[in-house]
Amino acid sequence: MTAFDAYKSLVENQWCPGCPNFGILTALKKALVTLDKLPHEVCLVSGIGQAAKTPHYLSCHVFNGLHGRAIPAAIGIHVANPALTTLVTSGDGCVYGEGGNHLLHAFRRNPDLTVLVHDNRIYALTKGQGSPTTRRGVKTRLQFDGVQIDPSQMLATAIVHDCSFVARGFAGDIEGLASILVRAIGHRGLSLVDILQPCITWGHWSMDQWKDHVITVPSDHDPTDRAAAVSLALETDGAVPVGVLYETAPREPFASSYRARVGSRPMAETPPIERTAVEKRLSRFEIRET
Amino acid sequence: MEQSLFIAGTAGEGIQTIGDVVAQTFLRHGYHVFTLKEYESRIRGGNSSYRIRVSDRPLNAPRHSADILLALNPRAEDHYAATLVENGQMLGPKNVPFGELADETGGSALYANSVAAGALCAAVGLPFATLKCVLHDAFARKGTEIVSANVSAARAGFAKAQEVIGDQKPESLPLGEAQVSFSSAHETIPLAAAAAGCRFMAAYPMSPSTGIITAFARDPELGVFVEQAEDEIAAINMCLGASAAGARAITATSGGGFALMAEGISLSGMTETPIVILLAQRPGPATGLPTRTAQEDLNFALHAGHGEFARVLLAPSDPQDAIQLTVRAFDLASRYQIPVILLTDQLLADAHFSLPALHLPEELPRETFAEDAPTAEYARYELTEDGLSPRRYLGQGKQIVCIDSDEHTENGHITEDLASIRPAMVEKRLKRKQALMSEMSAPAAYRVEDAELVLIGWGSTRGALTEAVDRLRDAGRAVGLLHFTELWPLPPLNLDPDRRYIVVEGNATGQFASLLRAEAHVPVDTVIGRFDGFPLDAETIVGELS
Repeated sequence: MTAFDAYKSLVENQWCPGCPNFGILTALKKALVTLDKLPHEVCLVSGIGQAAKTPHYLSCHVFNGLHGRAIPAAIGIHVANPALTTLVTSGDGCVYGEGGNHLLHAFRRNPDLTVLVHDNRIYALTKGQGSPTTRRGVKTRLQFDGVQIDPSQMLATAIVHDCSFVARGFAGDIEGLASILVRAIGHRGLSLVDILQPCITWGHWSMDQWKDHVITVPSDHDPTDRAAAVSLALETDGAVPVGVLYETAPREPFASSYRARVGSRPMAETPPIERTAVEKRLSRFEIRET
Repeated sequence: MEQSLFIAGTAGEGIQTIGDVVAQTFLRHGYHVFTLKEYESRIRGGNSSYRIRVSDRPLNAPRHSADILLALNPRAEDHYAATLVENGQMLGPKNVPFGELADETGGSALYANSVAAGALCAAVGLPFATLKCVLHDAFARKGTEIVSANVSAARAGFAKAQEVIGDQKPESLPLGEAQVSFSSAHETIPLAAAAAGCRFMAAYPMSPSTGIITAFARDPELGVFVEQAEDEIAAINMCLGASAAGARAITATSGGGFALMAEGISLSGMTETPIVILLAQRPGPATGLPTRTAQEDLNFALHAGHGEFARVLLAPSDPQDAIQLTVRAFDLASRYQIPVILLTDQLLADAHFSLPALHLPEELPRETFAEDAPTAEYARYELTEDGLSPRRYLGQGKQIVCIDSDEHTENGHITEDLASIRPAMVEKRLKRKQALMSEMSAPAAYRVEDAELVLIGWGSTRGALTEAVDRLRDAGRAVGLLHFTELWPLPPLNLDPDRRYIVVEGNATGQFASLLRAEAHVPVDTVIGRFDGFPLDAETIVGELS
């Protein structure tokens, strides 16, 4: 059994004291321990932002890439080394804003990745501008008269695209979040977990206000019912349902036909094409005599 | 013997089929052939031509005038008439009714392409027997009826053209002696990449680079995973992820897509993740001329990506060169843990070259990863004498690999230590350039020993420059050529200051000339640039120097 402390990182944490990101970090470690994953079996991929620093704060493989580009990098890592359990952990600005197009196409590809979106509904690291999930009318350090455009609805969009595991978590409920993450990571195919994470510095709602809004997904909800799942996903401002919204039989994951052909070992451990096979192809350019 | 044949028509009319058949007929007959396609950015219609340059000696360079013009329609006849040399032969619907002859002999206007191929062979003196063999091979899998219909149609075209030409009918060409391969650089590069151990390719389609990803996709046995990305940003980030996880990776694009990759190139520099990026140049700015050629992106390739880091630029000149340099690109990217950019262009994408049998380099260097670190923790960015840290891939063994786009410690974690780590990391990323410079290849020298005037070129223009030097030599001028395929870092150059240097390149501002002046203090006299979208040719170069 993997010990919780196996994931301990000695890197100095740069989050604000009391940030709910700490709760997400704890939940993530708990989930990995529950799944009995060892640190060297896990790769965390992130973009830029406070949430994107998460990979540094637990011990596992890290690819901390560019803002918005965590998903394509994770896809490359996953294809090259399918032995790794690869997760993306980044914020709403990174995954839904700068990298929104990649997420849309990830729904289509269905790579076996888990995407954790630390959704604090604000750009925190750049000090308080509106994010793709900031509500209309909320005043920010840039939208002084209030945000004038509507928030994106990425969970509903994910379900519409038949992303086969879509959940909403809450950073204020570490145990509940950990159990969602266990299911998300265990799911074969793309899993999207939007995690409500109050920003204690720039946020519109405090943790206590959030606690008043969060409800658990009704016990009679059928997670294979796409229409019902979309309805729950669209509940973002009143009583916000937390839990697994949508889960269907996994579709064929990305790169499975390639893997069926070449096996599941890391590319680095399998030999490339033989020299003679390439030479044979080059000889096809030669002109035959009449 | 040297002849230039243009087949002109509109896109979709079959000039490709005719051109391929005629080119193959020349090749079978033992001649050297260089072909170039020239077309508009559209799917149907417009003006386009397939240019065949044939000779009894290697001459892999374009010519922009035609000795024989075969126009498939009156509009093409008008559009391309100016390219025909004085007393050149025009074949068109007015003197060779392609469709009617096809209908009469093959039973359908569909055989008009074979009529045209027959006419062209007659006009140049190729024996019908050779053409017949080529047609047989081309259509054999479609059955004997189709073969004989095509042969009949070609024979009709052949006879009609002989009648049209009458007294000027050429002597039948004797069998040549060329033993050649016939290929384009974009056909050989994917094969060389696979041989070099490439396992991952992600790209977004963009002319003239699309053939690269297509070639990988068409041949799954190459063992390269292929993904059409949603954009070039995704493409390069997928490649970098794959590379970090141990797979040699390549992407291919053109100027606009390369612009979107700029941040990814910088990420490669910061994270020291190897990648090969093929940049197939076309004229810009912005969308520019999607199907034409240029050498306009040298400066961009040299500088794309914010911040300071080492990189390599290689520019092959032909399909064999492209094989060598592709293998080299992967090797350098891997050993120096940097981005390597292969600069090609529309000429190298579309032109077919006659070359001796193609071969792989003797050595195909394989990716090697470091053993477990002796310390408890592996430091991805360990500071070393030469700036190169032992590289391990994500998921290799039990030691954790931490890769970061932020400025980082030796262990790969975010740092703001400006006093010691930041300067050390900057120097680490840059100092590999010294070692790189010492292994960059010198330019290829051609007839320079006694040259008073030395032409300098790079990449795809070598054939045109070589031909220009020969023509100027024939005219009594002491001219030579220095041709670069390894552009950056520049190899050490010791150029005789008493000679005159003229840089010839496919752009308006003399980008390589500026680089040579600034970085190698080459006393460049003048620059000859071509930037109309056509590839540089000997005629233009000789004209500028006369």
